[in-house]
Amino acid sequence: MHVISIGIWGRSAIAGAIGGLTVAALPALAEGASGGMPQFNPSGFAPQLFWLVITFVTLYFVMARVALPRIAEVLELRAERISDDLDKAAALKAEADQVIAVYEKALAEARAQAANVGRETAASHAAAAATRQAQLGTELGAKIKAAEARIAAARATAMASLTSVAGVAAQAATKRLIGVDIEAAEAERAAATALRERG
Amino acid sequence: MAAQHSPMEQFEIKPIIPLHIGGLDISFTNSALYMVIAIALVTYVMVYSVRGRPLIPGRLQSIAEIIYEFVGEMLESVCGKEGRRYFPFIFTLFMFILACNLLGMLPYSFTVTSHIIITVTMALVVFVGVTAIGFARHGVKFLSIFAPAGVPLWIMPLLVPIEIFSYFVRPVSLSLRLFANMMAGHTMLKVIAGFVIALGAWVGWAPLAFVVVLTGFEIVVAVLQAYIFAILSCVYLNDALHVGH
Repeated sequence: MHVISIGIWGRSAIAGAIGGLTVAALPALAEGASGGMPQFNPSGFAPQLFWLVITFVTLYFVMARVALPRIAEVLELRAERISDDLDKAAALKAEADQVIAVYEKALAEARAQAANVGRETAASHAAAAATRQAQLGTELGAKIKAAEARIAAARATAMASLTSVAGVAAQAATKRLIGVDIEAAEAERAAATALRERG
Repeated sequence: MAAQHSPMEQFEIKPIIPLHIGGLDISFTNSALYMVIAIALVTYVMVYSVRGRPLIPGRLQSIAEIIYEFVGEMLESVCGKEGRRYFPFIFTLFMFILACNLLGMLPYSFTVTSHIIITVTMALVVFVGVTAIGFARHGVKFLSIFAPAGVPLWIMPLLVPIEIFSYFVRPVSLSLRLFANMMAGHTMLKVIAGFVIALGAWVGWAPLAFVVVLTGFEIVVAVLQAYIFAILSCVYLNDALHVGH
């Protein structure tokens, strides 16, 4: 409002100045003009008034009945369309959000499942490995035992043959040293006794 | 010949088709012709541009919509929602004055609004209409606009006559402002333009340049005065709609 009032007063001042100039310029330039300003010639009033009323009323009805409702309609339609589109966009966005949520949930589930499967597989592998190891341990133990038994047997055999070898060696030594021929069985017994005494 | 060069000659009313009904002269004059051109122009812009009611406006339709919203916002900012009823009238008033003012800027054309009988009639319609609306809505209480609330009682004898006087001066100032602006502007253009020939080739370019600048200035005035007439009508209307503000 402030700017407008400046405009009004500023304009009035200018109009005043121009009016002064006009009045000063008039006598020189308007000689012979038919008695003053045409604006104050009453003979022009009636036709101007008549046509002002006709044109103004016509324009009023054209504006009020046709132009303004039509423009209002267009503006309203556009506003409606825009708000519709915005609503649609919001709905689509909500839908997309929902889809994303579902997808993320599925993803999380799949991830959890994958982790589960991994854990189970690792556990079953570990169990299988343990079983195999235990089996292997028993097998090896059995083999070791068998081997030890074989060694003991071989040792016993060796020890037994050692007695007989010692007996033969003792018989031969006795014959060579003292020339006494002893029985093989006796020599063997003596050797066995000697071996037992030595441990 | 002297009359031909008068700066007032452009305001002369010349009958084109003489018409008389009884003793009344209703001749179709140059003034009437420009009024008809003005309303045809406004109708073209406001009706023809929106003929298909397209959602995406063209250039002319954008102009129509911008003017529509501009006047609508002006009315609503001054008068509020109640002013909406009078939108067609304010809009017609604004467009009529704007079209007449701008058509007057064309060389050799006639400026309808440079005649006081036209501006006074429009101002009186606004004045009488607003007063009628005020009494219709508020009855005798409408008279309270002459006695503003919250003023000490002893000052009333001074204030009330001033308020009454300022109220009745409204149509005078409203009509004179438009008439004087239009007439003075066009007279001045004509006077300065006359100097171009009078001063000849050596010095004549100075008033010519001035006329160019002044023409631009007058176009601004043409728009501004239409706006001022319309917004002051809104302000007066607001007084009638909302007594006691």
